[in-house]
Parts: sequence; C-alpha cells; structure tokens
Amino acid sequence: MPKLTIDGIAIEVEPGSTVLQACEQLEIEIPRFCYHEKLSIAGNCRMCLVEVSPGPQKPQASCALPVADGMVVKTDSPMVRKARRGVMELLLINHPLDCPICDQGGECDLQDQAMAYGGNSSRYHEEKRAVADKYLGPLIKSHMTRCIHCTRCIRFMTEIAGVHELGAVFRGEHMEITTYVGKALESELSGNLVDLCPVGALTSRPYAFTARPWELRTTESVDILDALGSAIRIDSRGAQVMRILPRMNEDINEEWISDKTRHACDGLLIRRLDTPYVRHDGKLQPVTWREALTAVAKRLKTLKPEQIAAIAGDLADCESMIALKDLMGSLGVVNIDCRQDGAALDTAVPAAYRFNTTIAGVDLADVILLIGTDPRREAAVLNARLRKRWLTGHVEIATIGTPVDLTYPAQSLGDGPAVLIELIEERHPFSQKLKMAKRPMLILGQGALARSDGMAVLGLVRRLAETANMIQEGWNGFNILHTAAARVGGLMLGFVPGQGGHGVTAILDQASRGTISFLYLLNADEVNLSTLDRTFVVYQGHHGDAGAKRADVILPGAAYTEKNALYVNTEGRVQNTKLAVFPPGHAREDWKIVRALSERMGRPLPYDTHADVRARLVAVDAAFATVGVTPAPAAWGVFGEATSFTESLPLRTCHENFYRTDPISRASSKMAECAEVQAELESIKKSIKKGHHLGQEREDD
Amino acid sequence: MLSDKNRVFTNLYGFQDISLKGAQERGDWEHTGSLMAQGRDWIVDQVQKSGLRGRGGAGFPTGLKWTFMPRQVIPERPHYLVINADEGEPGTCKDRDIIRNEPHKLLEGALLAGFAMGAHVAYIYIRGEFYREAIVLQTAINEARSAGLLGEKACSTDWKFNVELHRGMGAYICGEETALINSIEGRKGQPRLKPPFPAGVGLFGCPTTVNNVESIAVIPTILRRGGEWFAGLGRPKNTGTKVFCISGHVNTPCNVEEEMGISLRELIERHAGGVRGGWENLLAVIPGGSSVPVLPKNICDHVLMDFDSLRDVQSGLGTAAVIVMDRSTDIVQAVARLSRFYKHESCGQCTPCREGTGWLWRMMERMVNGTAHMAEIDVMEQVTRQIEGHTICALGDAAAWPVQGLIRHFRAEIENRITARARAA
Repeated sequence: MPKLTIDGIAIEVEPGSTVLQACEQLEIEIPRFCYHEKLSIAGNCRMCLVEVSPGPQKPQASCALPVADGMVVKTDSPMVRKARRGVMELLLINHPLDCPICDQGGECDLQDQAMAYGGNSSRYHEEKRAVADKYLGPLIKSHMTRCIHCTRCIRFMTEIAGVHELGAVFRGEHMEITTYVGKALESELSGNLVDLCPVGALTSRPYAFTARPWELRTTESVDILDALGSAIRIDSRGAQVMRILPRMNEDINEEWISDKTRHACDGLLIRRLDTPYVRHDGKLQPVTWREALTAVAKRLKTLKPEQIAAIAGDLADCESMIALKDLMGSLGVVNIDCRQDGAALDTAVPAAYRFNTTIAGVDLADVILLIGTDPRREAAVLNARLRKRWLTGHVEIATIGTPVDLTYPAQSLGDGPAVLIELIEERHPFSQKLKMAKRPMLILGQGALARSDGMAVLGLVRRLAETANMIQEGWNGFNILHTAAARVGGLMLGFVPGQGGHGVTAILDQASRGTISFLYLLNADEVNLSTLDRTFVVYQGHHGDAGAKRADVILPGAAYTEKNALYVNTEGRVQNTKLAVFPPGHAREDWKIVRALSERMGRPLPYDTHADVRARLVAVDAAFATVGVTPAPAAWGVFGEATSFTESLPLRTCHENFYRTDPISRASSKMAECAEVQAELESIKKSIKKGHHLGQEREDD
Repeated sequence: MLSDKNRVFTNLYGFQDISLKGAQERGDWEHTGSLMAQGRDWIVDQVQKSGLRGRGGAGFPTGLKWTFMPRQVIPERPHYLVINADEGEPGTCKDRDIIRNEPHKLLEGALLAGFAMGAHVAYIYIRGEFYREAIVLQTAINEARSAGLLGEKACSTDWKFNVELHRGMGAYICGEETALINSIEGRKGQPRLKPPFPAGVGLFGCPTTVNNVESIAVIPTILRRGGEWFAGLGRPKNTGTKVFCISGHVNTPCNVEEEMGISLRELIERHAGGVRGGWENLLAVIPGGSSVPVLPKNICDHVLMDFDSLRDVQSGLGTAAVIVMDRSTDIVQAVARLSRFYKHESCGQCTPCREGTGWLWRMMERMVNGTAHMAEIDVMEQVTRQIEGHTICALGDAAAWPVQGLIRHFRAEIENRITARARAA
C-alpha cells in the first residue's frame, strides 16, 4: 500500500485511491464542488487543488490525482491557499450572489466555501452572465444563472439514474446545462439532483420559498412508500413536514431516494382524517373517539367470529398489526390477512418472502433474473443499485414478464410462466448462462404472485432457484421484491388467515355474499370495496382514500412521519420511523387505537405502553429486537405449490403508475402533477412510435 | 541556413507532383519495408537519438513519448496512433502545407510510427476547415492503399496498417490531444483529466499516442538518414529542422523549413523578405503561434529560434508560427483580439478557463480604449496567474501567456492609454 505524507502526517492508503480520499482519511478538509464520491471524477471545478511533490510546480486537482508512494502533499501551503482563493474568485465572478433570494441559502456549498476560502470583495467590474432557466419537470426548479458547471447533475442522470437526458451545450462561458429539448426529466430519481447541486441552480420546486434550513427541525427516519425502507431525513416546521431528504445508508439507498419518497410529503397535509367518523343515515358524521369506538365495539359484540374479518394494508406498522391480530385472536377471528393484493406469499418459511440476497448483495451477483417485476417503478432506488451492478460489468440481466423499460439492457426471456419450466428443465438458451454463473440471483415481483395460480408460480421459482444453483452456502439468490412497507412485517407477525380462515380474496367474496358482515381495514385502501354494500366496514388510517370513503366507522390514525413505529423492509430489516410532527386533530397512533378499542370491548390487550408492544413484538419474532441491522440469513425450505401454473397469462408487473401507489402519494398534488407529465410524455412516445409525431403531422397539414 | 541536401520537405511549396509517383521520385516510400525490418526498437531508438521534439507546440521528446506505450499489445486493447492535424493555432499553417504537398511523407511516417508502437490503425484528425487538404490526404491514402503501401501487408511486410481520416468541426480545443480523442470517439471535445495519460488509456480506452503531423512526417527521413544526422542539425536538445510559418508585417510571408536555432532576424530577413519598412520598423514578434508571449524588438534582435532559447526569454517556440508586427500595430488591440479568440475557444469544462478567459478579454477591451483603471493592469496580471497552471489542459496557459507578455513588455503602452483617456475626459 502506498505511503504518503500529507501536511507532515504520514499515512498509508489503499492503492488506487485519490489524494483527496487520503486527505479525507486524515480528516483534512479539501474544498470541492464537482467531486462526489458516488459519481465519476470530473475534475472540473479546480477547487480541490493541493501542492504535490514530486511533480510539476503547479497545484494539482486532488480529486483526480491517484496516490503514489513517497508523495508529499501540502493542503494548506501559500500556493494552495492562493490557488483556492483564485478559483473561488473565478467561480463567483459570474455567480449572481443572490443568496438572500436563493433557496439554497444556508445550505449552499458555494456560500460555505466562499466564506472559508474566498476573498472579501469583488474585483470583477464587467457585466455578469445571465442564463435562461430550463424546464426540468414539476419537481426541479432551475435558476441556471447560478450554475457553476460542476456537471454533477449530468453525471448523476447519466450514471446513476441511467437516463441520458441532461447534457451541456455550447462551450466556454456560454456552456449551459440543459435537457436540450426542454422536456421533463423522465426519471424516478430526479429529485436527487437538488441534493447534488452544490449551488442554487437546481432547487426543489415543491419546496421553493417555503422555509430556510435553519428554521427546520430534522428527524431521522425511514421511508415507507415502497418496501425498501430508504433512510430519510424529515425536515419539519411546526406541525408541517416541509421536505424529505435522503440519509446515507450504504446497505439500502446509498444516498438516493426516489421522487415519490421525497415529494409525496405534501400529501401528508391533504385529505387527512383528523377526527373519528361514524356513518349515520348514509352520511359520515364526525364523532368523539368514545362514540366511534363504542359503535365498533357494539357491532363486534353482536357477531360470531366467522362473520368478522380484518385486512392490513400497505402502510400499516408492526405495532398496530400485532395489536389488531391479538384483538382478533381474542375474539377467535381467523379471517385476517395482510396481503391485500392477494399475492401468494408463503409464511411458513421466512426465506420465501424476503429479499434474501440483501440489497447490498446485488453488487455481488453475476446473473440477475427479474421475474414479473419492474424494479424501476416498484423500487426505484434498488433499480439504481441494479444499474450500478450493470455498470461494473460482467453481469447478465434478464427479465421474465411483461416488457419493462429499465435503465440497463436486460434480455427478455419471455413473458409467461412457461419460461420458468424451460429454465428449470434447462431447455432454455439462457440456462447455459445460469449454469456458468457463480452468484446468480432472481427477483420475484408481486405481480407474478398476485394471480390465482400464484402459489404454483412461487413453487416454480423456488425450484428454479434450487436448480440454478442460487441457493449456496453463504449466498441466497432467491428474492421477493415487495412493494408495500407493511408486508414483511405482517408476514413475520403472522397476520395471515388462521386455521380455516380466509385470505383477502375470499374475505371480499364472503363479504359481498353477506357471510362476513364486519370488515376491519387497517390502512387498507387498495382492495376492491365496491361489493361491500352489506358489510360493516371500519377503516383505520390517516387519509380519506378509498377505504375511508366506504367506511361505516373511521378511526383516524397517524402517518409514518407522525409516529415511532416499526416497519420491516423487503430484506427483513426491522427499521424505526420517528415522530417528526404530531398527528393532526384527534388522530392517534395506530396501536393505541386498537388498544382503546379492546378496552371498549372489555377485552383489554395486555400492553399499556409502547415498550410493552415492542416487547410483545419481540416475543413473536426476536428479529424485532434488532432495529436497523441487516437481518440474519433465513433458512431455506420448501414452499410454494408443486403444481404447475394454470394460467398462461404473462407475468405482469404491478404499479401501473409510479407516482400514485398509496394514500399519501395519491393525496399529493405534486405526485398528481408528475403523473400527468408522465402520461403526456408517454402519449408523445406512443404517437412517435406510430409515426404520427408532431413533425409529420405538420408536414401533412 | 539549412542547405538543400538536409531538407526534409522537398516539396513543401507543391511545385512538384504531389501524387504517389511524384513522392516516390523524391524518395518517399523507398525501402520502407527494410526500415521496418530493423525492428520496432531500432525505430524508437533512432527517433530518440535524433532528439526530435514534438512539433505540435509543447516540444516533448517524440521518441520518449513513444516509449510510454506498453511493450506488449494485448489483443483486447489494440494500440492506436493518432495524428493531430487539427492545426488551429492562429498564425500556424505548416501542417496544412505538409498535408497539401507532402501527404505521402505523413503516411509513410504514420506507418513507421504505428509499427514502432504496435499500432495497426492510425487516425488522422484533420481540421474541418481543411476541406481541400482532406481530399488530398484521402487521395494519397487511397493511392498508398492500392499500391500496397498501406493495408493488409503494408509495404510487403506482415504488418497490417490502415490510416483513417477523421474530419473535425473546427474547434480549437480539439487540437488538445485528449479533447481530440474525445472528438474521435464522438463525444464533446473536452480535454480529459491526466493521469491516466493516453499511452495508458486513450482512444476507445486503449493505449494511444497522439503526434503532430510534422513530428510524424519527418520520421521517414530521420530513419533513412539516421538519428545522428538529424541530431547534428540545430543546437543541442533543439535538434533538426523545423517548418517556420512567417506571417504578418513582412514583405513575403511564407512557410519555410529551416534549421532549429536560426536567429529570428535571419529567419525573417532571409526568407520573408524582411520586416515591412525595415528591421527598425519592427515593434514585436510573437514567435510561436498565438499562445506564446510576445517579444519586443530588443529581444527579437538577437534571439534564436528554438525551444530553449525562447523559453529563456520567457516565451516559447510553440508551433514556430512567427507573427511579425511592425510599428503600425496596435499591440494592445492585437492581444485583445487573441484574448477574444481564447474566450471563444474555451471548452467551458473547468472553472479558471471558462470564467477567466472572458474576464481577461473584457478587461483587455477596456485596456484597448483606455477606459480601464491603472490598478486593473495588476488585477489582469493576477487573473492570468489564477488561470495559468490551474486548468485541466493547456488552453488556460495559452490564454494567459499573451496577456502576460503584453504586460511584461508593453505595460507603458497600456498606461499611456489610460492616462491619455483620463486627460481627455
């Protein structure tokens, strides 16, 4: 390993690292704008200059300079100070210095570094450059005059997001960052540009002019709008979540989050259920908690257990699910289910419903098979990880299912489940590649399981995993990609039909026929409620979405930013959301609502505090005791049905619309705007495909 | 003065036949195969012995540059020779004449250099404006190919060698070797970070050497006559012959091949018919293309034209484009025009050049009409120092040096204008 001296301190670093990285190891601050450790090195801002000997008698860009044995680096010599001051002056001459009206103010790299390394007055007496702003879609506001051309945005879009839509046109001082045709960025990760931009050139459009960073209270939490559980930071002011930013978590999201995670937060203010309601004469009337709970308890007391059912939805936390399960259990109810999409998930073997490889494990895979899943829409951040894996090379990615538009080339092996059999029997051309692979993995989507023969598909995929050598010592290549943050938690807690109980499909069917006359919906909005005319529906949740609309009693709960609650991500990783703001109005934390209901029914649940509920969770599954850590590998076993599939339909991916998947994003006006823009782009693409694009039409005229 | 027997470019003016037949009559393509038969190492050794320094402007020893290429050619990473014919330096037109009138020297040199570095392909990146020259060169390539001098068995050896012509679009920055590589690859013409150097990671990520047209075109003659012969011309470390491009206020502007180390005065008076109005009418000379600092008459009186002599007077040989300016010249305006050129041609990639070239030009414009402040002369000087040596490529230096030269030698002229303007106001 090369040894070098930095500011008189000797250090040994990994070969191939850069001088800047070596300085970071010594915690020596090197100013930079263009360098970002997740992006390729551009070396264009020239702010990270250091003095290096041996070498030419001029400062060197430390971000791009590989370390060499015997190097002597000075980061604070007169030459370096002068160079940084010079570069800073040049960066600022055409910068508008409009910090008071700039949204980046207070968290701006240029502002901070100008304070640390810049001069105190300007010597520039010429006219400053002005650049026309660019349209980059509903989420990103541009103010291109502030741009310092670090090209982080271009590199992010090209390298991480995998969408070649940003670039630089013109040259010299006229260089501009643009999409060239002025269309919205077609990426689920575009919001990250705002974090990457070191100045105020790209700022968040929804957040524009709403708050200053020093007014915000920061809460570290996790996201629940997909099943990855990305690490987020909730910035709130008073009772309002102002914005959501990513936190670093190398195991899950590195430092990216999807646009939904980031920008659906305005939905937290809209259509909120802030008081209990009971339906009187066909109309929902606001009532007190006592009245609402009494109404539910009264109804429950008149019913036999088999007439009662409960469904937990996509956003339910573990505490409320265990409370509801225990309550139902005490009533003898077996009709409970947490798989509201009807996906055939086997609960007997934990490995059967987890992302066993782990998200970080994707980096090691050499063959990746995507079955009935569209990671770009179902888990955008995971998709970035897959792209990163593809970029490092020596990997084969293939898909089985309806065609998907990914950000890396993937070979389509076919769309129906028949391909699975061909692969198992090694009759498919791709079998050879699977055979050669050392660490093959597959990702099975919910779309492939949410069908009547889902169990058979699951069984086939299990056999495929076994025959294709995906299950090895220290490597499990079988992965389920969930779309709901509540799902793995629900499965771990056994929120599934008990002995002789019904699953979601059967519950809804029985309810429409009147056999089941009481349905408890815990955050469940994505089930078909249209035939439940004869059912008494209790909806517990935080948004006036589909469930609340049909409900006879509404019990207002807390959204994920308003409670300390446990969620389990698709890997089986238990994570904690944190209370950033209080629930609105009379809304309460979810487990407390169920606890209060049990009290009202005279069957109080045996826990009074949050700690008691947590202890109950640990008693069900010890994994709940270890929050935030990578779960221990799950043991392999036999699961799924050994029968063959009965439907030859293609394996469909779920999520028709990335921006509108849950009550929060459906309530968000920003997500609505995004969906609208996306639909517009889709229709343009379709018409181009048909050959009826604008140019031709004009010619026809 | 270079004697005719030591001339490399015997048809620099195109007075004779430029076709393959004519070139062969002048000795091109003669026994090229037997030169190659002496082996790669012999060729590199002869070039090193000749002391040839790159003719593109930086003056890096050509033979040494070739040794940076990996010894072994890995099949997945073929070696490439790239010939820089993107002659964009204002005042320079030597490569143009070589391509126009001596294309076969260039092609033969390409084969020998390519062979010496294990390359089977040479890309010639020719400036877009050289339209006629591109046609001439392509004709020459076709001739050589059909005569078997290039192609599967080049010059009846076992060496496969092809030359591809790539036309640029007229960006000055694409003359920088890594920007040129980007441009061939179809990317935006922006210089790459070094390291890695092209010899390690160059064109299409493979080992690549980029040489100037003139550097390559003299190779066959060096090999035929021996490195010692070339080294015997000129001065130590500044050997051989060089094509000088003399333009500006001289009576007969011309390209001329001369020995390195000829005095500037002799060069101008013997070949360019002298300065317009006589030597005493000389104001200044830019000795090596627009990027090098200007020299006032008192230095021009005795300076020698080679890399080291000009470096010692804080200028440079550059491309040896001698721009002569007599006393009628507005030297401040002349340099301001150059500043505008660099502002226009900056690629915009790195901060000092992108922002600084524009600033320099705007200040220079105010120096021209005297509306600047006296203190700004120093500011301008400091800005050139902020650009110089802080950029990815040498365009920043090239933009800084003319202004530095102006301030160094003609500060009084700028000050006079500012004072005169202030008095008039």
